[in-house]
Amino acid sequence: MPLQARGLVYEVRGMRLVDGIDLEVASPGVTVVMGPNGAGKSLLLRLLHGLLVPTAGEVRWNGRVFDEAARRRQALVFQRPVLLRRSVLANLEFVLRLVPGAGRDEALQWLEHVGLAAMAERPARRLSGGEQQRLAMARALALRPEVLLMDEPTASLDPASVVAIETLVNEARDEGTKILFVTHDVGQARRLADDVVFLHRGRLAEHTPADAFFERAVSPEARDYLAGRLVL
Amino acid sequence: MQDFGHAFVLAFDLVFSADADLIEIVGLSLRVSLTAVAISCAIGLPIGALLAMARFPGRGAVLVLVNALMGLPPVVVGLLVYLMLSNAGPLGWLELLYTPTAMIVAQAILVTPIVAALSREVLEQLHEEYDEQFRSLCLSPRAAVAALLWDARYSLLTVALAGFGRAVAEVGAVIIVGGNIAHLTRVMTTAIALETSKGDLALALALGVVLVTIALSVNAAVMGLRASASRMAYG
Repeated sequence: MPLQARGLVYEVRGMRLVDGIDLEVASPGVTVVMGPNGAGKSLLLRLLHGLLVPTAGEVRWNGRVFDEAARRRQALVFQRPVLLRRSVLANLEFVLRLVPGAGRDEALQWLEHVGLAAMAERPARRLSGGEQQRLAMARALALRPEVLLMDEPTASLDPASVVAIETLVNEARDEGTKILFVTHDVGQARRLADDVVFLHRGRLAEHTPADAFFERAVSPEARDYLAGRLVL
Repeated sequence: MQDFGHAFVLAFDLVFSADADLIEIVGLSLRVSLTAVAISCAIGLPIGALLAMARFPGRGAVLVLVNALMGLPPVVVGLLVYLMLSNAGPLGWLELLYTPTAMIVAQAILVTPIVAALSREVLEQLHEEYDEQFRSLCLSPRAAVAALLWDARYSLLTVALAGFGRAVAEVGAVIIVGGNIAHLTRVMTTAIALETSKGDLALALALGVVLVTIALSVNAAVMGLRASASRMAYG
């Protein structure tokens, strides 16, 4: 399962947005990716998922160059869920077609799991923001990914929905799914993280176990950020 | 004035008595235009989907061309199809001139750019929204296109209806390639043109009433579809 980034660089029109990141994601649990806005968190996630092609450097999966087969072992939950213009159930069935042997029963089980069973026939885009994100979460989990990438999935949700998503994240972690969770919410990072990757201006400022990070972060940027000072 | 009033009475009489000639003309109109729209969708939707999803050199020029073709003058299309199908033309051996098939071909040429251009717009918006998610799922291009077409179904149906509205109401192309032959190629618009010039206002008016009713129904159907699609958030 180890996911490795070596010297990852991503540039847009000469602007270096991700700047030489080396990262190894091998340990189980939740790795929280933190950093101020524009630090490159979402870009890093997309590079690790192969949605963006790095300008330099490479992503490796189990020691091999990252390819489509590797992407199939991952799932990505976006900040704003992209739901099909279909019913809740049909949204799940759509991805379950990609999973051999899965069908309607499994779709219903996943809806049960995320607490949306009663809304199976509702149009997905008529759900509340929190419900939509739970559906997106069910859809990602239904793919049974080894690594689940989450890009600020609770950024604009109400507290009850945040709890629901975090509970699902913890359950998935307990079942052995590796999770990369992007957030800029320090409280959420404390609740979820087993280890923390802190990005600043496209660079990896530090990658530390959670206890150590919150007790005494190594990098001055992370210390400022945790202390609530503005980090630009 | 009295003549007009009399013509109106006769017209409604024709409509409500289900006059055989009237039924025949309306039936042929619908058959020709619906078939033309079906063919246009079969050709235009894949072109629209391709233009929406693919990026290639010269795409901008193709978009301008397709959009410009939406405004093709029917008489010019009629003339071109006439030249192709006439005895001296390259497809003359098919002996299709002055048949409903020729009219279908002409209307399909008129409507295909409309279907392609409008569906391209609809599908491109949806593609932008879905693209990252679909790439994350490693969806095959074929599955992605199928999903886009299905999710855009309401909008695409309104595109098809717009094409039908254009086809059923045009006169220039079908009169040139069809010839307005009674019981063979006479459709609503060509019959209205002929009967008006002959002074038989009753039949012209009756056909006019039917044509307007069809046009209004098509527009009502479009609005109804849009309303129900937006209610379901499927639009």
